[in-house]
Amino acid sequence: MKTGLQKADPRGVLTGVHFMDGDHACCEGALAAGSRFAAGYPITPSTEVVERFASRVPTVGGTFIQMEDELAASITLQGAVWGGAKAFTVTSGPGFSLMMEHIGYAAMTETPCVFVDVQRGGPSTGLPTLPAQADMMQAKWGSHGDYEIIALCPNSPQECFDLTIKAFNLAEEFRVPVMFMMDECVGHMSEKVVIPPADQIEVVPRRHTHKSIEDYLPYGANGDQVPEMAHAGEGYNFHVTGLTHDERGYPNMTLPVQDKLVRRLQSKIRDAADRIAMFEEEQLDGADVIVVSYGITSRVAQRAIEAARERGLRVGKLRLITAWPFPDKKIRELAAKTKAFVVPELNLGQMVGEVERAAAGQAKTFAVSHAGGGVHNPEDILKVIVEAAR
Amino acid sequence: MSDILNTDILDTDIVNPVEPILRSDRIPHIWCPGCGIGTTVNSFARALVDSNIDLGSLALVSGIGCTGRVAGYVKLDSFHTTHGRAIPFATGLKLANPKLNVVVYSGDGDLSAIGGNHLIHAARRNIDLKVICVNNLIYAMTGGQTAPTTPDHSTTSTNPYGVFEPSFNLPHLVEAAGAVYVARWTTFHVRQLSRSISEAFKKKGFSFIEVISPCPTLYQRRNKMGDGLDAMKYYKEKSKVRHGAPTGEVGLTMTGEIIVGKFVDRDRPDYETMMRSQFRESLGERFVEQTEMVCS
Amino acid sequence: MQLKEIRIAGFGGQGVILSAIVLGKAASIYQGAYATMTQNFGPEARGGACSAQLVVSGSPVLYPYVTKPDIMVVMSQEAFVRFAPELKDGGILIVEQDLVRVSDLKKEVQVYSVPATRIAEELGKRMVLNSVMVGFFTAVTKLLNADAVRKAVADSVPANFSELNLKAFEKGFEYGTAALTAPANRADAELQLQYSPE
Repeated sequence: MKTGLQKADPRGVLTGVHFMDGDHACCEGALAAGSRFAAGYPITPSTEVVERFASRVPTVGGTFIQMEDELAASITLQGAVWGGAKAFTVTSGPGFSLMMEHIGYAAMTETPCVFVDVQRGGPSTGLPTLPAQADMMQAKWGSHGDYEIIALCPNSPQECFDLTIKAFNLAEEFRVPVMFMMDECVGHMSEKVVIPPADQIEVVPRRHTHKSIEDYLPYGANGDQVPEMAHAGEGYNFHVTGLTHDERGYPNMTLPVQDKLVRRLQSKIRDAADRIAMFEEEQLDGADVIVVSYGITSRVAQRAIEAARERGLRVGKLRLITAWPFPDKKIRELAAKTKAFVVPELNLGQMVGEVERAAAGQAKTFAVSHAGGGVHNPEDILKVIVEAAR
Repeated sequence: MSDILNTDILDTDIVNPVEPILRSDRIPHIWCPGCGIGTTVNSFARALVDSNIDLGSLALVSGIGCTGRVAGYVKLDSFHTTHGRAIPFATGLKLANPKLNVVVYSGDGDLSAIGGNHLIHAARRNIDLKVICVNNLIYAMTGGQTAPTTPDHSTTSTNPYGVFEPSFNLPHLVEAAGAVYVARWTTFHVRQLSRSISEAFKKKGFSFIEVISPCPTLYQRRNKMGDGLDAMKYYKEKSKVRHGAPTGEVGLTMTGEIIVGKFVDRDRPDYETMMRSQFRESLGERFVEQTEMVCS
Repeated sequence: MQLKEIRIAGFGGQGVILSAIVLGKAASIYQGAYATMTQNFGPEARGGACSAQLVVSGSPVLYPYVTKPDIMVVMSQEAFVRFAPELKDGGILIVEQDLVRVSDLKKEVQVYSVPATRIAEELGKRMVLNSVMVGFFTAVTKLLNADAVRKAVADSVPANFSELNLKAFEKGFEYGTAALTAPANRADAELQLQYSPE
């Protein structure tokens, strides 16, 4: 079942051509997507998102609350979702670490919501004002247990707007927490951002049940494995728990129920991986080397790719817009046709491991690591492309 | 049917008045014999019946622990959240749909240790939540470890040689933080507890009701304090009703007096009222009041 | 339009960031080109030094940061000392005449100076010095279409200050047009005389 699309509520859409940074564009994306609730806690370099939300939302009918910490923010937003709101929170490294338990809670309770992580240099307090892409594995694996999330990586303020809407839409479609993986550079970079009229913005509504109170089964899987939701105060008297639960939502800590639930939480996302996957592709056919990148690094890598092409190398580009679920199939197909992948990222090797895993030995994989705090020197990426092409 | 034996009484569908509020299909519950949590749930259910509150508008949020399981047994929209975070979850629920009556039902460890920061901030903000804190003086679900409420000199599995850290006086804490309604009862005071819960529903703002409740399995056994019945005897003998008692004077000791009653009943605007009036004042016409949050 | 890297630097309150926003808007919104602006954040950005980087180009900007600026606008001595060495050979240096003494500049650059603060004060509001500077920039660099910049100025300031800022822009633009007709590099000696360390 594909959820029917709706048009955006014009009240939240700041239609026009703007010159704004990624943080602000992300906020506008959330408003355009219909989010009317955010809970946050200040942390550089993400705070501008909620500052803008705090200023805008009382004029479009909604609520922002600054909570006492990220533990609170990341669960307050989920309370709001069950109260009927589309809700999100925004943070960066240290705050993201504190939110991990509640990412697991959202995955387990199938609470549709968006976590924005404007990545900065780590570990720990690290580099509060400088970019990194070192939370990519944390976004996928940070909470305990087996679960799936979706993660998107914008590379410009325009995408911070467009993909925030997409993030909310995916959250609603799959009833899953979506990680919006920005970085300090994209968050603090100002560029032209075009916000279209509301009637050109498609939003996915809540998968609200149409069943009667008697027939409603809160965690009964539908054809596509995503249950229908009800909100508090509608008379359904449903139960939500982070414990292993049956289709009624009741705790049931038996092996068969655990197996069925956890496998469904995984497969509802993995089975749809091809549909969720978004890429930007360039000259992949006949490429000897394919540069796989995401976020801000994709723009820096483009310089290296172009320089390599000027030298006569056949270099393709694959930009991951969806980082999770990881597009195994795409990489596997490309691995059969290319010599090598080059993966620059602002960490010491995270997504490169996924590329290598998916390539399964069919093509070599080269990392271009960077400890964060800036972006790559395109020369460094070029050197590895040249090496990989040999 | 025999004419001699009057079977009318058997034909009558006699229902426990609180039954509609409970998920009978989930009974038996997990609580130990002599545990007081079920007693508090009974008082809570009676309060709902007595106060004629619209059950459809009522949501109940619990954290983790023995009391955290209450959410699973009430036939309401109920949320069993993460450890310590019932209050912030409830805050989001209430702010997203202000028409809801939101009850937080959790234990002393959940609310005052891991969730202590949220407790004081929700009281400070005066979020319109009714918090029922079942205080059994110990971490029970995990096997009897020291809680912030465990009295001095008692023994726990993590203070096997006796507790030496001072404990929280919860009514004092939440009054100082800003709660508008603060009461304490024991599980001996079932009617008074019910009345307090009903009263709290009439207040707008952060209300806190502490219920001293026995944990025969872990607290009493280890401290040689007998069973559930012994706890009732202790509560009966040592409780003193002192409405309006200064909360600074109601701290608990291991075997001493238990001051119970309604300690605080005051009015100050709740978070939402303050938020709306602030926006109206500074935004004027530009303020769009949130009428309905439901994204259908 | 060829890709140009621009750095604007000064101290807090001079409208450094706003100047970069105006120029970025002019290029990307009103002139059909592309612009990417980044700012230096961090504790050092509080109160004292303040700097913005702008890359403008006829094609999409990929690399977002400024490495070797083609054009640099400095509005404080501190900014001059810190950033001037990174200016590209043959680049353009624009300075706030009363606040910056150009010295020890070991490269071939064209230097243009404007008493932007003084001009703004003469207009009655010191605050509009950034619009004077933007006008001057527009005239001497010829990088952007003046009308595009005028539009960007108008929609970047509060409506009730629009007129004053446009006036400030014109003053700066006129000053710049005049400066272009003066001999190049004329300013060094003169600037040193006018510089007051206070």
